[in-house]
Amino acid sequence: MSLIEVKNAYKCYGKIKKHSVYALTDVNLTIEKGEIVGLVGESGCGKSTLGKIFLKLEKLTSGKVFFNGQDITNFSFNQMLSIRKNMQMIFQNSSNVFNPYFTVRQVLSEPLNNYFKLSYEEKEKRMTLLLKRVGLNNSYLERYGNELSGGQRQRIGIARALILNPEFVVCDEPVSSVDYAIRNQLLTLLLDLKHDFGLTYLFISHDLSAVNKICTKVVIMYLGNIMEIIPRMDENVEHPYSKALLAAALSADPHNRSEKKILFKETDEIFVPKKGCAFQNRCLYAKEICKNKKPILTQIKDGHYVSCHLCKI
Amino acid sequence: MKSENKRLFKNIIEVLMKDKLAVAGLVIVLVFLILGAFASQIAPHDPIEVVLSRKLQLPSLEFPMGTDNMGRCIFSRILYGTRVSLYNALVVLAAILAVGIPLGITAGYVGGWVDNLIMRLSDIASTFPSSLLALAIVGIAGPSMKNIMIVFIFLWWAPFARIIRGTVIKIKEKDFVTAAVSCGSSRFKIIINHIFLNSVSPIIVLSTLRVAAIIMHLAAFSFIGLGTQPPQADWGVMLNDGRQFITTNPILMLWPGLAIMFSVFGLNMLGEGFNSALLPISGEGNSQKGVKYE
Repeated sequence: MSLIEVKNAYKCYGKIKKHSVYALTDVNLTIEKGEIVGLVGESGCGKSTLGKIFLKLEKLTSGKVFFNGQDITNFSFNQMLSIRKNMQMIFQNSSNVFNPYFTVRQVLSEPLNNYFKLSYEEKEKRMTLLLKRVGLNNSYLERYGNELSGGQRQRIGIARALILNPEFVVCDEPVSSVDYAIRNQLLTLLLDLKHDFGLTYLFISHDLSAVNKICTKVVIMYLGNIMEIIPRMDENVEHPYSKALLAAALSADPHNRSEKKILFKETDEIFVPKKGCAFQNRCLYAKEICKNKKPILTQIKDGHYVSCHLCKI
Repeated sequence: MKSENKRLFKNIIEVLMKDKLAVAGLVIVLVFLILGAFASQIAPHDPIEVVLSRKLQLPSLEFPMGTDNMGRCIFSRILYGTRVSLYNALVVLAAILAVGIPLGITAGYVGGWVDNLIMRLSDIASTFPSSLLALAIVGIAGPSMKNIMIVFIFLWWAPFARIIRGTVIKIKEKDFVTAAVSCGSSRFKIIINHIFLNSVSPIIVLSTLRVAAIIMHLAAFSFIGLGTQPPQADWGVMLNDGRQFITTNPILMLWPGLAIMFSVFGLNMLGEGFNSALLPISGEGNSQKGVKYE
């Protein structure tokens, strides 16, 4: 059964005018229970926006959001409070993730106070347990967010998201600003937690190897459009953009290193074309049809969907 | 909870203590506050007792600052004047904060037409010449300190509302507010715990600087005879009383002048100190002296 779903999602920031740019155009995405869906794409292609739309932290311009089969598109702030417990977010690492006047204890007890009436000891127990789970001890409870290192901050962010035992977690670039040792630890931690708590993740990342390591489904986005959905981000990708993205990633094996080749056309300004395929201006293989008709996401193999005129069947 | 906040508080105090001008300001402000609070205990004489036989005396042991043209002890009058001036200024400030903070937070947090309405009101209030309105009100309702104070409350909430609105808009977009929404905090909790707590620093800074301006303006109105009415002592009133003797006994004007000057100077120094100690925490200001967190 689908846990969470967006249908025909459009998102436009600011006032809607004739030529306004949409951060998301006609996005349909269903996440099943227990899946780890990876979301990859360039900076500014709408990945984080989509993640926030799932949690209703951003308002849709048009479209619908379903959670557990329930239409939550028009839920008010107070109605949302009752289901927020089940959906959490791990934020992109930045200094703004925690209130600068809050200690870790205050950060972690905020969600607990919102949903449970626990005694001081019960809260302590729960926080200590969770901190142990993310590899920290309870001496960190007294620290302020700004006194933590990047990796520690990210762990506390994970702890904050998981303290309510949610069903669905959006991880917004959880490993983007940590070194490789911590990156592996965090990924293993996320996988372990998924097995222990039966979580469902939407994993937003630039890091293709991280995505391949933990995801069961990868969604490739370009300028607010879903280009391809594939179980693994490997040589089987069909869409020209996915291929370019894959080729641009660095490989540790010298034999796999591709010669310097042109991946896509460089343009000074990236803009959303008025009609046709969103990728037409930078695509090396663009044909006449790409300029006139917008491709539809179609299934070409089991669990493999592509939105491109040139790779039909 | 208390011990954690104490630590942050200690940090702020430490930074403030390294700033010599801020310490000087703090000392001056504290001295004035204590003098004002204990005026009736410290004052050697009754501030409004007229004894014409001892008028215009120079400072002596009995009268540390001399006596004025009615033979009243200037030192006692300054002490009582401190109480009146500071008390009035603090009342005005409290009222301005009580109006400005809720309006500023509402404008910044709600946005849209509410924001527009509040900001246009604040435009009106801040472009209105306050002295002119004060004169008009006094002309209608008669000279009294209460009327002057009401005019200042009525007009001076605007800069507070504006600054708080700006801070709130900036904080509202930060990740920790989104995180608070996502972990199910109510709007009230978000506003108090996250938005208000993070706008406290600019409020403290602006308040300290504003009190100085309020003291000066209230003294100015007392000076032209529209504020505090004689025989009650007030720095502005005392300046006005001494005005006629500026050529023969300039010392009469010296004391209230010094009192105004030092209190305003002290408050401004303290405000600047707060500015550099507090604002870097909330990610504003660019002082090198501030409490370092990032």
